[in-house]
Amino acid sequence: MYPNPQQIKDQKIYSRMGVSDGEFEKITEHLGGRLPNYTELGIFSVMWSEHCSYKNTKPQLRKFPTKSPKVLQGPGEGAGVIDIGDGLAVVFKIESHNHPSAVEPFQGAATGVGGIIRDVFSMGARPVACLNSLRFGELSNERNRYLFEKVVKGISAYGNSVGVPTVGGEIYFDDCYNGNPLVNAMCVGLLKHEDLQKGVAGGIGNSVLYVGSSTGRDGIHGATFASENLSEESESKRPSVQVGDPFMEKLLIEACLEAIQHPKIIGIQDMGAAGLSCSSAEMAAKGGVGIELNLDLVPQREKNMSAYEMMLSESQERMLLVVEKGYEAEVADIFKKWDLYAVNVGTVISEPILRVKHKGVTEAEMPVQALTEEAPVYYRNSAEPVYFQEGMKRAASVSAEIKEQAEQKYQNNWMDILKDLLAASSIASKRRVFQQYDYMVQTNTVAGPEKSDAAILRIRGTQKALAMTVDCNSRYVYLNPEKGGALCMAEASRNIIASGAQPIGVTDGLNFGSPENPEIFWQIEKSVDGIVAACKAFDIPVIGGNVSLYNERSSMGAVFPTPIIGMVGLIDNPDHITTQMVKHAGDSLILIGGNEQAAFGGSELQKMLFGAVYGDCPGIDLDEASELNKRMLEAIQQGLVRSAHDVSEGGLAVCLAEKLFGTGFGAKISYEAEDPINWLFAEGGHRWVLSTAKPEKVLALFGAHASLIGEVLAEANLELWGENLPVASAEQIWAHALDHSVEVAN
Amino acid sequence: MKVAVLVFPGSNCDQDMLGAWQLMPKVECQYVFHSESSLEGFDVVAVPGGFSYGDYLRCGAIARFSPVMKALQEFAESGKPVIGVCNGFQILLEAGLLEGALLRNEGLSFICRPEKLRVANNHSMFTSAYSENQVLEIPIAHGEGNYYCDAETYARLKSNGQILFEYENNPNGSFMNIAGICNSKGNVLGMMPHPERVVESLLGGTDGLPLFHSILNFCQHKTA
Repeated sequence: MYPNPQQIKDQKIYSRMGVSDGEFEKITEHLGGRLPNYTELGIFSVMWSEHCSYKNTKPQLRKFPTKSPKVLQGPGEGAGVIDIGDGLAVVFKIESHNHPSAVEPFQGAATGVGGIIRDVFSMGARPVACLNSLRFGELSNERNRYLFEKVVKGISAYGNSVGVPTVGGEIYFDDCYNGNPLVNAMCVGLLKHEDLQKGVAGGIGNSVLYVGSSTGRDGIHGATFASENLSEESESKRPSVQVGDPFMEKLLIEACLEAIQHPKIIGIQDMGAAGLSCSSAEMAAKGGVGIELNLDLVPQREKNMSAYEMMLSESQERMLLVVEKGYEAEVADIFKKWDLYAVNVGTVISEPILRVKHKGVTEAEMPVQALTEEAPVYYRNSAEPVYFQEGMKRAASVSAEIKEQAEQKYQNNWMDILKDLLAASSIASKRRVFQQYDYMVQTNTVAGPEKSDAAILRIRGTQKALAMTVDCNSRYVYLNPEKGGALCMAEASRNIIASGAQPIGVTDGLNFGSPENPEIFWQIEKSVDGIVAACKAFDIPVIGGNVSLYNERSSMGAVFPTPIIGMVGLIDNPDHITTQMVKHAGDSLILIGGNEQAAFGGSELQKMLFGAVYGDCPGIDLDEASELNKRMLEAIQQGLVRSAHDVSEGGLAVCLAEKLFGTGFGAKISYEAEDPINWLFAEGGHRWVLSTAKPEKVLALFGAHASLIGEVLAEANLELWGENLPVASAEQIWAHALDHSVEVAN
Repeated sequence: MKVAVLVFPGSNCDQDMLGAWQLMPKVECQYVFHSESSLEGFDVVAVPGGFSYGDYLRCGAIARFSPVMKALQEFAESGKPVIGVCNGFQILLEAGLLEGALLRNEGLSFICRPEKLRVANNHSMFTSAYSENQVLEIPIAHGEGNYYCDAETYARLKSNGQILFEYENNPNGSFMNIAGICNSKGNVLGMMPHPERVVESLLGGTDGLPLFHSILNFCQHKTA
């Protein structure tokens, strides 16, 4: 029924699975000159897809600093692990589910959440929080509204049911994401050091246990699908999208966390992308052993499944365990308590090969190293794009053009500009979204969405708390990938610091177009360089992440380069927990950081006035930013800071407004700015606004980097140089803008 | 005093419920798995929120057939306090321990946010530590919390003082703003809002604490 090896070669059937002529030759070499059969070819094609092998980005990923004395596990396992003291460690990772979400938004997003949660508990950690970073085309388009609403429903349905709070995230809308939304999910977990698990096989003769849902035909070739451009035909790949069962996942979490306490468990890994193939090959490769699978024993939910289908299925909520021989029944009993089966489907063998048997026939036999470490690596060509060169030429005139338009359209009425910015979908409150997420379950959430710059969770039984955020301004990265990459890192660090935490690690979700296009590859290279520079300046390691390429729709081109930074920070003392809203009338408002680097290229105001972004993105001095991070944390730890909020999209004016919402307070801004529009609305630099009862101490600590700009008022008005805006009317606009964008259009 | 927190496959507020009880003085609390058939020795049973059996078929519809539910029926008949929150409320309704039904939220979306509640009756074993008409802020987190009953049932609930909590700003379409009710004997409470989430000021409020204190007071007076 499947083509035979000779037909595969002669008719180049491998190219349909995304395998190139050169790669097909290499596969043949790895098999000692033998042509692969259809099952083997299928397994190679998923294992060598970008999604599983990072073959286009490995040389880039190697640039990240991945070590610090606290890193217990860097990239390469299900998720990275960092020591946080008290015998505890934090585990986290981000992952994309872009392609599935483009064709089946509800299940695509739901299974994205499920997948990343499994990555975290497969390390032995209890998942304690989820975050997500979403990108859609503008909401004026009906398809985009559909994708947006369904993706949010998918995350809500899965996350709420599985009982992991969704505590934070970010959402942006831009037409570059038309038809190719980005759905990146991050999960954070906690474990005791002694519970740390690895996805490794070992001990010849030991058993391979299959746990969780049965295998069906859903998601076959999902990883391959995720490694090619989206097209009109992508709709036909809907069967490549998996279907999630959060109830099964919840049982798996409880059962696996109980099972890892059993001393005879050698390794555990999630069956994620490329399902049974990837988990078995990777576990064997890491252990320097082989695995023989008997597919007759695999629990199946559909009839007459072939070896090819079972090996490539991406049915969700499945795990693979390696257990010492003789203890299979004891481990199976733990799963039985949770109504799950743990079935012995294979054996660890000494030959380093993956051997697959089905109905008495050996269906596949491949060296595990060939499937994993020896996957091809490509050094792609890179070329500076024309748009970038033109942007640099236009950069000098951006500011003058903004001023001219603001004068023409708004007669320089700053409050009117502010009100329109607050209604911009990227700035408007996201409560429409986060109210659909249970952000409190597990009762650890100290600061959920829109409370602090980072979400904050206390760690039960300790004085500690974790802060977490996801950040990426892809407009900046598009205009100038290197500076933009550094800006994303800087913003994430500001958010973590503003919450009172010390940043301890990063996971990066790199979303780009096709690496085969030299201009796209240049974006990848440069933005990684920017992130690396910031990681080094701030001394924060990257402990894992995800790469999603081919985010292009043939007719529309690539999405903006979107390297999402997921950052986690540690708070040692609950007194240091800091939120963004002002707290007391009479407190001083102080701006930290200068706006020398601030600019309008890629700003929300530019987008609003011109409908597009162009020029160069704002700048940042990383050494200065690093120094400011340290002093800001010092100020918080000394108890000088009553609230802190970073200056990002929309600039200082939006930051000030957001600090007042929901508080009942107002603010009077007395600082006389030389260049008002720049001071109020330009973006970039490394800035926060804090409120304090001890302004002299703050000013002394920061020196020239701080300026007193005003004070908190008891009346809920924003007073700015003689103009007056009631906070309630501004808040009304901000709170409901997203509802209007979705509902009025519908 | 001994408190049982029931755990069904898919319960996910069990840890939160246990955590809230652990803050109470002289209370011993433990999980009781759905497969157990006895609740002997316990003074209070809490049925926590979550998605028991994935909420498949209908919220709470499968959980009510768990072995522990038979024991819970007997426990409730003995007059001891039973509290069901969110999915726990749904299970108690399915089991027939409370009257009415919970429908999908009016807006068809899951809603998670702090919500203002009014204590409609403070003469119950669950609300005695609140003052009458006290307004509380307690979070909700549900997709199917739209309480419904017919007019006749409502009249009975109302006249018996079985409506313990009402929403100030009805978030989900619940009939007559009902957020929490008890049975006619007054010892079984079901409510959609989560009192166990507001028992520590670090997490944003303590309006849930008096509910736990009320139950504690009741049990202590009974033994005294």
